[in-house]
Amino acid sequence: MAYNAIEIQGAVKHFGPTRAVDGVDLTVRTGELFGLIGHNGAGKTTLFKMMLGLLPPTRGDIRIDGQPVRGDAFREVRRRIGYLPESLALYDNLSGLEIMQFFARLKNADLASCLPLLEKVGLADAARRRVRGYSKGMRQRLGFAQALLGSPRLLFLDEPTNGLDPQGIREFYQLLRELREQGVTALLSSHILAEIQLRVDRLALMKTGKMQALGTVAELREALNLPLDFQLTLAPGAGESLQRALAGQPAASVQLDKDTAHVRCPREHKMALLHLLTNLEDSVVDLQIREPSLEDVFLGYSDAA
Amino acid sequence: MKKIAIEFKPISVIAGKEFWDRIRNRWVLAVAVIFTVFALVIAYFGAAQQGAVGFRGMDVTIASLVSLVIYLVPLIALILGYDAIVGERERGSLELLLSLPITRFELLIGKFLGLAGALSFSTLAGFGLAGVLLSYQLGATALYHYAGFMLSALLLGMAFLSIAILVSVMASDRMRASGVAIGLWFFLVLVYDLLLLGLLVLAEKRFSLSFFPVLLYLNPADIFRILNVFGFKEVRDLYGLATVLPAALASPWMLGSAMVLWIVAPLGVAVWRFK
Repeated sequence: MAYNAIEIQGAVKHFGPTRAVDGVDLTVRTGELFGLIGHNGAGKTTLFKMMLGLLPPTRGDIRIDGQPVRGDAFREVRRRIGYLPESLALYDNLSGLEIMQFFARLKNADLASCLPLLEKVGLADAARRRVRGYSKGMRQRLGFAQALLGSPRLLFLDEPTNGLDPQGIREFYQLLRELREQGVTALLSSHILAEIQLRVDRLALMKTGKMQALGTVAELREALNLPLDFQLTLAPGAGESLQRALAGQPAASVQLDKDTAHVRCPREHKMALLHLLTNLEDSVVDLQIREPSLEDVFLGYSDAA
Repeated sequence: MKKIAIEFKPISVIAGKEFWDRIRNRWVLAVAVIFTVFALVIAYFGAAQQGAVGFRGMDVTIASLVSLVIYLVPLIALILGYDAIVGERERGSLELLLSLPITRFELLIGKFLGLAGALSFSTLAGFGLAGVLLSYQLGATALYHYAGFMLSALLLGMAFLSIAILVSVMASDRMRASGVAIGLWFFLVLVYDLLLLGLLVLAEKRFSLSFFPVLLYLNPADIFRILNVFGFKEVRDLYGLATVLPAALASPWMLGSAMVLWIVAPLGVAVWRFK
């Protein structure tokens, strides 16, 4: 029987009066690349720790690969999990290869896979050097290589691109795509939206312990119904006539700036506004329609809450 | 919570890492050298204050060694162990370790066994080498006593290591853990006996002290002292304190068991608190 990779129902975690996670439902399908977005302190890391059995939930049910997160059965699930914690400092006195071998033994993974994995993340040359001399990016790469030990079916990556340079970020997502083609499920968190937007299948927005929204980028846009942004280039001195023409329009707001104007209008009035603007061809020289970005979606949800 | 079977492989992997880390960074070597040098210096020059230089016999040497070990071994054990868990926690590697197929119990026991191995190795190697160098001057009985001393020093180290692991589990950060470890050393090794002596002097005039031997059992350092002191008549006379102990409570088996309890109990509490 095929299970969803992650199933969370009504998960709650209280630390004293603080509700770090406050009633979260989440399903991540097997083979999915899933992004968890939120500001620092939104509850992402707490949710990660609950899914890994590091923190018992105050309430709620969490299943990974169909198994509840406790007991001997979950120990078996752990062998198929790779985890990269948010802020990880590994043992400075060991070399990258030695650290890989240590974790491989604990995970019952093939020791011979350590070096190839280090090559995969671009650490082949540094494999035998002590971690003490590694840069922040190299440490993060080592952490990722460690998570890949034992060919995990499910990856939990908490802020995985922290400390990576743009080249490293590109390589990281390239590797993640290859893994997904092999059927690996990955849950990754980030607070950098632009980075994650085009690279995950679905994403969830988390704020103050709650899921604000969940779906593909298109679905999130749809659900929030953010206004479209018409960027107009105007003929000299045409601002007045534009404002007059739009005065009768119910849902459009106009922002004038010399010879350009921004008109925001709800999605359902798009055609009506286009029609009106084409009739103003003496005033409007050029026109661009901008879809709201995930950034706007994110801010929209943050403001709405 | 469902019961989880204990697996030995993760325990041995953790223990192996702790042990080899201490071998590699020469911790074991350094401690062993310290023990050897101190033992030899005490054996040959311990009587210099009395104007004599040279080997004076095993019993007196052990008596002097006991005074040294009682300060040194607890300190070394506490320094060795206080970082074990809280250090991993502060690095962020504890979460990673616990996300692997290893239970908290296995992690803790692995840590203890690895560190205990390193400490035992340096204790046995250090005092053992000194014993070998002295052996040509010693008879069978003296060697037997010396072996007993080594064993008790080993147990003392384990007891304080166990306490250190408990401190490491309970402490919220490394700073606090080291503070508590040093504080415990100060109290158990330096202050406790002074308090007992004060109590003894007070009690002589006012109340009976039938519970006094129990107070000695409440400190592993005192158990260690008594274990070594009661072996030899000559040494027994050096320590007035030991005379308050009834024979039944002074048997090596009783004392040895108490010492083992001092190893198991803090570790047990640590396991319980680490859940």
